[in-house]
Formats: sequence, structure tokens, C-alpha cells
Amino acid sequence: MTPRVHANPAFPWSHVIGFALSIVFTLIAFFAVTGHALAHRPLLAVILVLAALQILVQLIFFMHVGQDQKPRYHLWLFGVAMFFFVVFVVSSIWIMTFNTPMS
Amino acid sequence: MGDGLANTAGHFFVTGDPLIIGSDVAIVLVSLGIVFVLTYFKKWKWLWREWLTTVDHKKIAIMYLLAAILMLFRGGVDAELMRTQLALPNMKFLSPEHYDQIFTTHGTIMILFMAMPFIFAMFNAVVPLQIGARDVAFPYLNAISFWLFFFGALLFNLSFVIGGSPDAGWTSYPPLTELQFDPGVGENYYLLALSISGIGTIATGVNFIATIIKMRAPGMTLMKMPLFTWAVLGTCIIILFVFPVLSVALALLLIDRLFGAHFFTMMYGGNPMQFINLFWIWGHPEVYIAVLPAFGIYSEVVSTFSQKKIFGYKSMVASIMAITIIGNLTWVHHFFTMGAGPAVNTFFSISTMAVAIPTGVKVFNWLMTMYRGRITLSLPMMWALAFIPNFALAGATGVWLAEAPTDYQYHNSYFLVAHFHQALIGGVVYGMLAGMYYWWPKMFGFKLKEKYGKWAFWFFNVGFYVCFMPQYILGLMGMQRRMYTYPADMHWTGLNFVSTIGAYLMGIGFLFIAVQIIHSLLHMEKDLTGDPWGGRTLEWALPSPPPHYNFAVIPHVTARDEWWERKRRGEQDAFLPRPEAIHDIHMPKNSGVPFLMGLCFFIAGFGFTFGWMVVGALGLLGVLACLAHRSLDQHPDHDIPAEEVRRTEAALGRL
Amino acid sequence: MAVMMEEVLPKQAGPSRTGDNGPVRLELSTADGATKIFGFWMFLVSDVLLFASLFATYVVIYTHTADGPTAAHLFGHDTAGFLAETLALLTSSFTCGLATWEMHQGRAGRLKMWMGITILLGLVFLGLEITEFRDFVGQGATMQASAFLSGFYTLVGTHGAHVTMGVLWMSLILYQLARFGLNAVTARKFFIVGLYWHFLDIVWVLIFTVVYLTGVM
Ligand code: HEM
Ligand SMILES: [Cu+2]
Repeated sequence: MTPRVHANPAFPWSHVIGFALSIVFTLIAFFAVTGHALAHRPLLAVILVLAALQILVQLIFFMHVGQDQKPRYHLWLFGVAMFFFVVFVVSSIWIMTFNTPMS
Repeated sequence: MGDGLANTAGHFFVTGDPLIIGSDVAIVLVSLGIVFVLTYFKKWKWLWREWLTTVDHKKIAIMYLLAAILMLFRGGVDAELMRTQLALPNMKFLSPEHYDQIFTTHGTIMILFMAMPFIFAMFNAVVPLQIGARDVAFPYLNAISFWLFFFGALLFNLSFVIGGSPDAGWTSYPPLTELQFDPGVGENYYLLALSISGIGTIATGVNFIATIIKMRAPGMTLMKMPLFTWAVLGTCIIILFVFPVLSVALALLLIDRLFGAHFFTMMYGGNPMQFINLFWIWGHPEVYIAVLPAFGIYSEVVSTFSQKKIFGYKSMVASIMAITIIGNLTWVHHFFTMGAGPAVNTFFSISTMAVAIPTGVKVFNWLMTMYRGRITLSLPMMWALAFIPNFALAGATGVWLAEAPTDYQYHNSYFLVAHFHQALIGGVVYGMLAGMYYWWPKMFGFKLKEKYGKWAFWFFNVGFYVCFMPQYILGLMGMQRRMYTYPADMHWTGLNFVSTIGAYLMGIGFLFIAVQIIHSLLHMEKDLTGDPWGGRTLEWALPSPPPHYNFAVIPHVTARDEWWERKRRGEQDAFLPRPEAIHDIHMPKNSGVPFLMGLCFFIAGFGFTFGWMVVGALGLLGVLACLAHRSLDQHPDHDIPAEEVRRTEAALGRL
Repeated sequence: MAVMMEEVLPKQAGPSRTGDNGPVRLELSTADGATKIFGFWMFLVSDVLLFASLFATYVVIYTHTADGPTAAHLFGHDTAGFLAETLALLTSSFTCGLATWEMHQGRAGRLKMWMGITILLGLVFLGLEITEFRDFVGQGATMQASAFLSGFYTLVGTHGAHVTMGVLWMSLILYQLARFGLNAVTARKFFIVGLYWHFLDIVWVLIFTVVYLTGVM
């Protein structure tokens, strides 16, 4: 069982690109917020979009989900889980902000 | 200090109530009896080797089944006690506190420690066999799941004798369950027991999805899978999505109670409604977790006993998947009256009604399968048939409740109690009993005799309607749930009395099941065919019970009802292994660690229940040690030599 | 890009065993390994929903500060602190990715080196987080002070507990790599802990955005 090296790229480009992107996204979000670059709502939208991009970076450049074997049922389920993540968080806000005691 | 100790001891063991002392004595006697029998017959080693350390899905199934029946008994006794108390107005049979405890333990046990192990018994007994696998994907994890369930259930039942039972309902709403209003340990028991068994449940979900996706025999494409397996897949997906939510809800409440946080308290900005929200994000899908496997069982049973292939297979699969997703989007109907607002209520009202559609499709398909089929009325089929009118009623009353405005009338009345019992008994319990009768020969190697089973069936069914139909009316007459008694001048007496009689009839039905099992054990009639019902799917191609590696040679699947197709073409022999095709079989080794891990969780849970942080931490350290031990284990598997497999198969007359 | 096994070991031919993406990677080279990785993804699915519930609770109660410290006050004090935590964790995810890459090149030595660095960065992150918590508690912002703080410590602390588990777990795998060398089993074990590590980064990105950035907005 000797592993045979196959199509060996000399340098882990995809990881470096992913890392650079994740740092850039983080810094943009950070300075946009601390510098009050936008009004509240657009700012919120921007940082949420940046967070979504960050997640994609992790999944694509580090977890290499695009290169997994098919069929990729695990990704389908992970995607649905992310969907329910959003549903449970957003609907909780929706359900709880009406008629509830807010301090 | 000394005073404190004496005081603690006084609170530690529950004393006082004659009913409880009676049960204490009974528990001690039964335990001593078991210890005595095991010692006398020198069975301790056998118990450890064959059962406590097993990782075989078939044995785990049997342990789940025994636990479920035992818990059905405990929950059933609770139910009979409550119904006795309610038989007549102003009864003094149970004190109000005691009634509170009993409806709490009844509800919790029935859902989490009866329905859940029952479905897991069916998963374990059937799924690997149906898909042509030698075990589940992760047999060791499977054993962990069982022991977490077991020790969770043990912890919960322990509350009865040590420290006091929880008493805030199976839903355990704060702020009532916060330390301030509920200072005893009962609530901690509830939170920790459910957390521990919940971890096991999530692991089962992971395990069976991996099993079904990764372990199918060659040729068994997804669209050739038996419908029970499909139902299990859907169930496990729901488990993964919602059981973590329950875990969090319980954990946050526990943090409030143990560490003085303010998630759900009335002070410092806590919001009790968020618990209710989280609880039902889990709680509603939990109903589907319990009922989807039952649906799967009905599909298998109806098709087998009508000797027809299932009508509308594809629409069945689509319905299961639709329920899996839409079922997670309806939870607010449990608290329409909380005042979340018209938009919220409208949305969840509609989604609730939408989820009834796939269920309707399934009922239609079962009826069409039976239509012009050659129906045999064996016990599994009788329970399946009895389910249909039952569930139709549950569905109808459910749609009433789903309409937000009318729900203001029915909410928390006996109308609701009748509705959910109709769904849970008529849907889940009937399904599990059908499954138990159906697969019993496969699990144990002998059939249950029909005679007492028919008595059980009729007592239980008649009892069911006598018990719960009056409750719909009582609900409309204004009787609220969780009332420990009622005054004589409400005109509720007659209906309540009838309802109690029904409950007794159901109790007699349960006893008949016990008699039936004992009777069949004593006059055992071995199932030598392996296929007593004229089955259609792979499990019936194996001997009963199957050897522990299940398939000497992994079959190649070509059709949906593979075994039925082969029989029709006279090719049964295709499933007999050829000696030269038998190779060494790679199987996991038995291990005592899952049991120890469950024990460590139990110690941790017990410690935290009483606020003994050191004990709790030690228990958790034990858990970590078990995990590390597993990771470092270099030889978790072993090979069964081909020669031994050949010998086993020859002894079974299959070579 | 990948290491191919001369000999693929089919234990049980399942429908999903054949990769159509070219050579089979070491951690996926046995049916057992592929099944375990799949199973781990299912665990991650359940963990997504675990954090979903914690986030849902946090967003519902984070304005409920009961006249105690607010998010803006607490996090606004020391924005560099949570930025440093974020950078430490992002870098550790990168080094963990490099470790995986080296593993696919079959270079066990460098794999172990990057694992070690990842563990160190994880410890740095934990150190920063503990300092931050101590600092907050010093200002009277305890978990018992308000619903907001209960939510904050529980959400961020649960992530921290995950990282702690990750550090312990990765150390255990590092030990096994040193002891037993790089083979299909240790490769699978490292790959799985790697997935876990990247996943914790995903969760942190959400905490960074929803808790800290929104807090100081
Ligand atoms: C022998 C059959 C059964 C009878 C006679 C029975 C009777 C009762 C009674 C009298 C109550 C209390 C109602 C109240 O005071 O509000 C109750 C509650 C409940 N039952 Fe049953 N039950 C039976 C079987 C089951 C089964 C099989 C399940 C579930 C699978 C179940 C689940 C529940 C639940 C969840 C509650 C609510 C507990 C609470 O209010 O917290 N029951 N049952
Ligand atoms: Cu519901």
C-alpha cells in the first residue's frame, strides 16, 4: 500500500486564495462597522452577505466540498441544515417580536 | 452540618405516600428477584457477554423492544391512576401534587421512553436486513445510543423513588419550571434524563442515515428501497434537524436552574416564550418522528397481507420527503394563543394544513393497495386496519385545531387531549404493535400465537373509543386538561366515568398482550421457514433469527420487492450462498465501553441533578475517557473465518 | 492533486463507492473511511441546528440587558480583542487546510507540523477568549446579570467548548499519526477532525458577525 503521488501541484494555491479572501472579507466587515461606513440597515445587509461569503470560502477552499465523491447527499443535507438554520433564527425573531415584553 | 445531612436524607428518598412506598417495595423486590435468578442460574457472564457488550443490531433491537414494553407498562399504570382519580368528581385517590407528577411522567415516558425506543427497536431489527447489510454503519455507536437511552430512562424513573418526580407537565414550560417556582430536583431529573437520551437519539439518526445511504446491497438503488427504510430515512433526517433544538432548550433551562442565568426567568430580561418556541420547534416534528416509522410499517404490512405491491410507490416516497421538510415548519400551532400575531398564526395555520396533504396521499395509497387484494387478517394487518379510521379522525380533529381562531376554543381542553391520544395511540402505538407482531418471528425465531392477541386487539380497540370519544365532548363542555378533579355539578361525571371504563379496557388489552407473549414463549412454535407471512422484502429471505452476520453473501438486488419477485420466478435459491462464494466476514468486536459510557453519563446526570458539580464533572471525565479509549483502539474489528460461516450456514440448512 | 491507492479495498460494494472524480483520496480509499466521513457530515448537520437554536435564542434576547451592560458597551470597548480572536481562528483554519494538503501529498512530516501549528493557534484563540471573558466578568458583566449576557456566554462559550474539544481531539490524532504513521485509518481520522475544525470556523464567522459586529454597530 504505497501511496502514489498523483498530479502534484507544487503549491497549495486554493488554500492561499481562500485564506486571503477570508482575511479580506473579515477586515472589510470589521472596518465597515467600526468606521460606520453605512447606515444601519444597509450595513447589516453587507456584513451578513460577507458572512455568507466567508462560509462559502470555508466550504469550497478548505473543506473542498466541490471535489467530494458523487453522489453528494451529505452536501444536500448540509445545505438543508443551513436553510433551517436561517428559518429557525429568522422565524424566532418574527414570532417573538410581536406582543412580547421587550426590556 | 449533621442536621443538613439528616434533612437531605429525608428529602432524598421519597417517603410518605402509600402508593409510592408500595412501588418502592415492589421495585426492590423485583430487583432482588432478578439478581437472585441471574446468580442462581449463573447467568451474569452470559448477560455481560451476550447483551451488555453486544454491538449486534438484532440484539440491540431486542433490548429496545423490552425497554419499550416495560415503559409502556409504567406509562400505562400512570394513565390508569389518573383515569381512576377522574372517574368521579371530588375523588381523593390522588393528591393534586401527585396528579401533577403522574401526568408529567406519563407524558414524558410515553413519548420519549416508550415511543422512541419502540421505533428504534424497529429500525434496528429491520433496516440492515431490508437493505442487505451485515449491520448498521456504526455498530459501536449504535450500542452507545442504546445505553444512553437506557441510562437516560433509568435516571428519569429514579426520580420516582429518589428526590421526587418532575411535575410541570411533559412540556415543562418556564417560568413555572424555574428554580424560583420549582425548587426540587424533579425538574432537573427531567432535563438531564432527556438530554442524555437525546444525545443517543441524535447518534441513532446519524447512524441510520449513514446506513441507508452507504450500506445498501449492490443493485438496491434508492428507488428500490422498501418503504419502511424510506420512512426511517425521513425520520432520521428530522431527528438531525430538531433533536439538537430540544437539547439546547433543555440545556438553557438547566443553566438557568443550576447557574442562575436568565434565559427564561421573569427577571433580568428573560423570555420564557423562547423556551416554548424552541420546545415546539422540536415538539411538533417529534410527532412525525414517531409516526413516520409507523407509516413505514403500515406500508409493509398492508402490501404483504394484501399480497399486492404497494400502490403508488413513488408518491409514497414523495409524501415521506414532503413530511420530512414541511413537518419542520408548523410548530407554532402549539402556541397560537400566545399572541404572536395574526401574520404568524396565519402562516403556521396554513403550513399545518399543508402537511396533512401528503398524509392523505398515503392513506389513499394504502386503501388502493388493499382494494382487490387477497387480504389475510393476521394480527399485524388487524392493527394496520384499525389504524386507518383512527388516524382519519385524528387528522380531522387536528385540522380543527390547526385553525388559529377556533383553537382559542379547544386549546388545552380535553378536546386536545383526545386529539393527541388519537394520533399517538391510533397512529404510533398501533403501528408499533403491527410492526412488533410482523417482525417478531424474524427477531425471535417464533411466532406469537394469535388467540390472546385477538383478545388484546379487541379489548384495546373498543377500550380506545370508549376512553377517548367522551373526552372530545368533555373538551367542548369546557373541561381543561391537567385538572386533578372536578366538581359534581358540571355534568361531566357520566362522560368521565365512561372514559375511565375505556381506560381499564385498554389496560386489560395490554395484559392480554403480556399473556400472549408468555403463552407463546411456553408453547413455542419455531418459525423454520424464515418467511412466515409470505413476505416481499429481503429480511424474509433469511432464516429466523438471522445469523449474526446476516448475509453470508451480500445479495444482488434487481427489483423493488426483490424476495417476492424471486419467489414468483421460483428463484428462491438465488439467496442461498454458494460455498465458494463465502469469504471471511469482517465484523465489529463486542465492547463493554458503550455500557460504561452510558454509566458515566448516568453518574454525571445524577450529580448535576442534585447540584453535586464534582460528581457531575467526574462523570463527564469518564465520558471523555471512553471516547479517547475508542479513538486509540487499534483493533475494533475481527474476521469471522469463511469456514465458520460455512459451518453456520450448513447448520441452518442453507448450503 | 491527490494520492491514489494502488489497491482500493472494497469491503462491501455500495452504490456510492465509486468516485467519478478521478483518483480516490487516501481518507476515502476504504468503504469504511468513506462511510465514516459521511457519518461525520451528518453529525455536522446536527451541530448546525444546535448552533441555530443558540443563535435564535441570542437574537431574541440580546436587547434584554436589564439595565446592565449592553452589547455596544461591552464589545465596543475592545474591538481589537475580538478581531484578534477572529484572525487567530481563520489562520488556524488555513493551517489546518495546509495540513490536509500535505497529507494528500503523502508528506507525513509536514502534515504533523501544520497540525501542531493549528493546535497552537487554537490555544491562542482560547487564551484570547478566556481573557475576554475574565475582562467582562471583571466589569460586572456576569452570566447572571441579564438575559443578554446569559445568551452571550452560552453561545460563545459553546463554540469555545467545541474548540477545546477540537484541540484535545486533534492532539490525540497527532499522537496517533506519530505512533502509527500515515495510513488509510489515520488519514481518515485527521480528515474528519479537519472538517470539524473548518466547521468551527464557519460558526465563528457567524458569531463574529451576529454577536460582535452587530453588537458594536
Ligand atoms: C392506555 C392508554 C392511555 C390513557 C388511558 C391515557 C390517559 C391520559 C391521561 C388521563 C392524561 C392526563 C390528561 C390531563 O390530565 O390533562 C394523559 C396525558 C398525556 N398522555 Fe396519555 N394516555 C394513554 C396513552 C398514551 C400514549 C400511548 C401516549 C404517547 C405515545 C400518551 C401521551 C400523553 C401525553 C403527551 C400527555 C400529556 C401530559 C401532559 O399534560 O403533560 N398517552 N394521558
Ligand atoms: Cu404539532
